[in-house]
Amino acid sequence: MNKEELKIAITEILPEITFDETGEFLNVFVPATSLLPFMNSIRSNNNFEMDYLFCLTCIDWKDHFMMVYHLHSKKHRHEFVVKAKLENRENPEIESLSGIWKTADFHEREVFDLFGINFLHHPDLRRIFMDDNWKGFPLRKDYMDENMIEI
Amino acid sequence: MSEENKIEFPGEVHPTDGGGILVTKLDDVINWARANSLWPLVFGTSCCAIEMMSAADAKYDWSRFGFEVARATPRQADLIIVAGTIVIKMAPVLKRLYDQMPEPKYVIAMGACTISGGPFFYNTYSVVKGVDHVIPVDVYIPGCPPRPEALLHAMITLQEKIKTEHTSFSKGVPSEKNQKLLKDE
Amino acid sequence: MGQDVLTEDGLFMVNIGPQHPSTHGVLHLKVWLDGETIVKIQPHLGYIHRSIEKMSENLSYRNFIFATSRMDYLSAHINNEACALTVEKGLGIQATPRAKVIRIIMAELTRLASHQLWWGCTGLDLGAVTPFFYAFRDREAINGIMEETCGARLTMNYMVPGGVMYDLHPNFQKHTKDVMASIKKNLADYDNLLTGNVIFEMRTKGVGVLSKEDAISFGCTGPTARASGVSCDIRKLFPYSGYENVQFDEILATGGDCYDRYMCRMAEMRQSVNIIEQLIDTIPEGDFQEKTKAVIKLPKGEFYQRVETARGELGVYIVSDGAASPYRVKYRSPGFSNLSALSQMAQGVKIGDLVAIMATIDLVIPDIDR
Repeated sequence: MNKEELKIAITEILPEITFDETGEFLNVFVPATSLLPFMNSIRSNNNFEMDYLFCLTCIDWKDHFMMVYHLHSKKHRHEFVVKAKLENRENPEIESLSGIWKTADFHEREVFDLFGINFLHHPDLRRIFMDDNWKGFPLRKDYMDENMIEI
Repeated sequence: MSEENKIEFPGEVHPTDGGGILVTKLDDVINWARANSLWPLVFGTSCCAIEMMSAADAKYDWSRFGFEVARATPRQADLIIVAGTIVIKMAPVLKRLYDQMPEPKYVIAMGACTISGGPFFYNTYSVVKGVDHVIPVDVYIPGCPPRPEALLHAMITLQEKIKTEHTSFSKGVPSEKNQKLLKDE
Repeated sequence: MGQDVLTEDGLFMVNIGPQHPSTHGVLHLKVWLDGETIVKIQPHLGYIHRSIEKMSENLSYRNFIFATSRMDYLSAHINNEACALTVEKGLGIQATPRAKVIRIIMAELTRLASHQLWWGCTGLDLGAVTPFFYAFRDREAINGIMEETCGARLTMNYMVPGGVMYDLHPNFQKHTKDVMASIKKNLADYDNLLTGNVIFEMRTKGVGVLSKEDAISFGCTGPTARASGVSCDIRKLFPYSGYENVQFDEILATGGDCYDRYMCRMAEMRQSVNIIEQLIDTIPEGDFQEKTKAVIKLPKGEFYQRVETARGELGVYIVSDGAASPYRVKYRSPGFSNLSALSQMAQGVKIGDLVAIMATIDLVIPDIDR
């Protein structure tokens, strides 16, 4: 499906979605609370069949976090990007997608380790790169510790 | 020489232990044996490990110098070539490996990352800025990564360093007389 | 720490790594064994996490490329190319035709060198020491070509946004043709040594099977996934930098075991030789670098570029807010996803088979840890 057909089909699943087409991919903004049902439907729906999650990351925009999921369908050869905004900076939470795509397991652990986002119902949420007793979340924009030497 | 013509020796004189003619020949033999059969530990964390493997291979062949037998366990090795960046999570592991090696043991710090953190010096939260914060180093090799010939040069330098050692006291530990001298300074 | 050696189920927990000759870097695996059979396996990462993504947020768009050479150091050219292509995408420019062909040749030479080292280390891990020395013959020849043109053997820093950094050395074509001739002869040697060897076949056939659905769900790419039948060669699906004009085959297999992954890589080496031979005589003349401003500033937005490294799909995701350094850089590394499939592949195998599986996934740990 091309971008127009994707927009129509996605709006049928969840009407309150907004789009952004300025970049290379079609960006789909989903409210964080309805992320899991939306992802379930685009994984199992025969029109979409997005079976390949190739990039899962988070961006720290200083007053909110933005979770970014890049999805591709091996069968239909279309792809789009799902974004979910997390307003709560003290205690960011979002549902885990490791039940749908097994690759989300490691990627969500990485986002938890480096940004501090809590993934609900993740099978094994613990730090992956840093020590288990590391204080702080390094990739946040307000992180500073004594090891970092600035130019 | 008369008193007026005596010239001050320009430097410090530390009387060394165990010297004398009797044991220097033994020292020579022991040092020759040690220097020419150093067994390195298989330890490579990142890119410098590939140049270390190239140095082990047929083109740059370090086994000409006696480094043939690379051991996988630190209990049987006497040289650890730290090839690659050391991060804070890996530092206790490296210290434990170094402690498991029996005396006399030597360390070569290979690559810019082990000298000072290298390209990962600024704005990194997890890199140890120099492996000599963790273990004592004998030879440093600059480069990113250093060529295999540079590694061979470092190994030969280490061999020359070993050949100047005295075996009558442990490496790196001064004798009682010298400890007293160092305390007075 | 915190886990007892003997759990209540009577399983025996063994630590493999971080310092281990066959983990290809510093990977720590906690393996729970029932006798010699693996019941559960848990990778522990982070022993070479050098905070490259955080560091790149303070470097300029020309500078941040050097760190990717150190990420997956065996495909250094291809990693650098991914970064350069992403910046070019943001600027809306393309490399010059001469630079595009040079980039393909360098990338395929790197892929050959990486597969040579992989082949040598696979033999070494499974107990055969001879392949290790044979593999470095051609790898050293390729390193010699790199050194002449790019100035370095391993971390070349040759790709820049707009093209390549220097022009080719006058001897480049002759050397490359000589190396291609010798590699073609040596590939027959490799088959004699390892591929038809009965011990090797018994250790790799039927071991570590990964099904096609699992490969897609775990996000595996590269020869690891192609051996399970997943068509994922980025050079074919999303061609970049001139690959659409080159004839080569995508190698797929159906079994998904270690032997298929091995055969995929051996066949890919032959395809790479094929690609280089198509291009080496027809490098177009012209500029080797497109003119760009001295200080590169990307417009506000997000840019994603995929390339096919020797291990799989590397994705570079740059988020820019208009400044001279990236706001956020994310590297979607192939090894990270390939490693997450290890727990699936290693269910119920013996501990000796674990080494065969890790050897054929071709892990490079700094690529996983970034």
